[in-house]
Amino acid sequence: MSWEVVTDLLGLLNYWVVIILMMAGFYVVIAQDNLVKKIVGLNIFQVSVFVFYISMGKVSDGTAPILEEGIEVYSNPLPHVLILTAIVVGVATTALALALVVRINHSYGSIEEDEIQVIEHDEEEIA
Amino acid sequence: MTEKTLLIVVSKILIPLILLFALYVQFHGDFGPGGGFQAGVIFAVAFILYALIFGIRTARKVIPSAVTRTMLALGVLIYGGTGVATMLMGGEYLDYNVLADTVKGGQHIGIFIVEFGVGLTVSSAMITIFYTFSGHVNAELPFRKGDKP
Amino acid sequence: MSDPASFSDPWLILLVVVPLLAAPVCVLLRSAGGAWSTATAVSWAVVGIAIKLLITVLDQGQVYYRIGGWDAPWGIEYVLDPVGAVVVVIVAVIGALTMPYAKNSVEKEIRHDRIYLFYAMMLLCLSGLLGITVTGDAFNLFVFLEISSLSSYVLISLGSDRRALTAAFRYLIMGTLGATFYIIGVGLMYQKTGTLNMADLRTIMPAVIDTHTVHAALAFLTVGISLKLALFPLHLWLPNAYTFAPSVVTAFLAATATKVSAYVLLRTIYTIFGEIDLFADFPLKPVLIVMAVAAMFLASLSAIWQQNIKRMMAYSSVAQIGYIVLGFALASEAGLAGGIVHMVNHALMKGTAFFAIGAMVFATGSMTLRDLQGIGRRMPWVTAAFVIAGLGLIGVPLTPGFISKWQLVTAVLELELWPLAALILLSSLLAVIYVWRVFEVAYLRPAPLGHHKPAEVPLSMSMPLWILALATIYAGANATFTLNLAHEAAQQLMGGL
Repeated sequence: MSWEVVTDLLGLLNYWVVIILMMAGFYVVIAQDNLVKKIVGLNIFQVSVFVFYISMGKVSDGTAPILEEGIEVYSNPLPHVLILTAIVVGVATTALALALVVRINHSYGSIEEDEIQVIEHDEEEIA
Repeated sequence: MTEKTLLIVVSKILIPLILLFALYVQFHGDFGPGGGFQAGVIFAVAFILYALIFGIRTARKVIPSAVTRTMLALGVLIYGGTGVATMLMGGEYLDYNVLADTVKGGQHIGIFIVEFGVGLTVSSAMITIFYTFSGHVNAELPFRKGDKP
Repeated sequence: MSDPASFSDPWLILLVVVPLLAAPVCVLLRSAGGAWSTATAVSWAVVGIAIKLLITVLDQGQVYYRIGGWDAPWGIEYVLDPVGAVVVVIVAVIGALTMPYAKNSVEKEIRHDRIYLFYAMMLLCLSGLLGITVTGDAFNLFVFLEISSLSSYVLISLGSDRRALTAAFRYLIMGTLGATFYIIGVGLMYQKTGTLNMADLRTIMPAVIDTHTVHAALAFLTVGISLKLALFPLHLWLPNAYTFAPSVVTAFLAATATKVSAYVLLRTIYTIFGEIDLFADFPLKPVLIVMAVAAMFLASLSAIWQQNIKRMMAYSSVAQIGYIVLGFALASEAGLAGGIVHMVNHALMKGTAFFAIGAMVFATGSMTLRDLQGIGRRMPWVTAAFVIAGLGLIGVPLTPGFISKWQLVTAVLELELWPLAALILLSSLLAVIYVWRVFEVAYLRPAPLGHHKPAEVPLSMSMPLWILALATIYAGANATFTLNLAHEAAQQLMGGL
């Protein structure tokens, strides 16, 4: 592998970070039985998208997009604004998910998915 | 009470500063970094800190949950109402230009009101979320295995 | 879409803003009665706006609205074309029928001090669904998608059974994954094109289509939307969510939410990627057709085994989504028209079916087939309405289901896909079995001991049920209007190809 290939790959560092975070979060959502951990995984998954959008807005040699004398290259502010919205949506989703977990725990006495499934399965049998 | 003296003193110094900073971020938002989202969260943080130090009951006396719920709805109405108002004044929805004689003045007033609505909703939403969860912890003691309803 | 033929119409924004602002008003009122009156008045006002827009769109071809006076593609643009107008009218009408129906049903199923919040959530959900339909901006669509999804998670969790909570939680996880997949797709497209406006994306797309970035975007978009659409095998959240949600919520979501998601799929394939022959360049067609056929068969088979009538109809919904997607995937004008017609007809039929089930649950307190024995004699009118919907789901002649399946079969034969036509007919036979099971239980079995008295439902519930049932009958008997509309919409969508 030549040196150029290595630098090319490192130049895509933000994408590597995004992919690792995305896959880690996705794995946690699928593999964990604990509902709170599922929410944590979901958050990691969403954060990877935030990182993706924010790093996408960067323009080489560009500064923060605030008008100032003598500066001509600005980073693209639009992805940041979009992600501000997505972050707010993420907060709302997390709050709602946690509220559901509190109520699930209150009525099932457990927040482990496998235990809840056993309880639900028994209920179906009776009904 | 004695072991909390330090916390109480520090928080009493910090809380006004946090509130002041929130107001700065809010009102500086139309010509610098900032805005309703950020300011709303910072504003709510001051109340959450207060509730953590002085207890949820005292905090609820300062700002009852009925008030936060009302503010929550009002903020959305301020935002949407601004849009409807600009339509009534002959512009498009959320077209701030019609709010004042000059375009610059109109944009200024428009974003100011809208961000105020956003700030109001975000801060009261954050406080409401905090109240809901903390109230639940005290009343129901969740996350303890074996609790049956 | 700034062609000079279309013109700006302020009703387009009011369609979304009126229910959106009515939601906080409900929260401020803090009374169940006040919130109900507000929600009902607003939902009927929305129907008025929707019909006015439909008339304008049929007259003008297309209307748009630019928020804040910012020109597209920089600002957010709302666009409504014939397909969108059809979906808007369905959502608005079902919403307006749901509100009066909700009054009595909700009082029985939801705690009294939460009822005003229920109506606030219903209005938010309505506004989100309408917003998805009218927006011409890919990211704005995500925002409305989340508004409608978050409110529907809350609505589902309000169900009286505790399994409603886990159903809502699972839907939340799956729905959020779907929505996040969607914004990844939008982000990748933005990276390549620098725009979020759908019409603008459409014009730029041919120049960048041969890049891995756009291929990945297409994959993310399809999977994300399919999750929201509950396309087989991504439907796992749907059956429990529909089963344990309050009856009104099930009726509202079953009739509208999946239709709106189908519409998003349509917009993605035929607007954003409209200039590209996706079906020729990508294996999208076989994938969608296989998924659709699998949904038609496997979900119908699952429906046959259900003991719970609500879950049976939920699985039936998954199967019917298969027919809709099949129509879209055929990529011919006739197929597309079939898909669109089935979208309308399925909304009417499933709305009727779930309204009828809601009335049965209201009167008997149970939704298992065992407890509904002899229901046909106790609640003749409600059961009759259910039978109308059931016949439609099978596709018996003179019902709306027949019209859309006929249209689909015609489209399939046009493309000379003979086996597919056979599969459509075979899968309809499966529908006969599950509808027959309900019929048998309702009419041929004796009512359980001590339950012989006729059961009553209030007029506020039977009226919306029968309005929808009559609409179903009309859509079956006189299909010219819906078919013409669908053909016109399909023509416009296919125009770009």
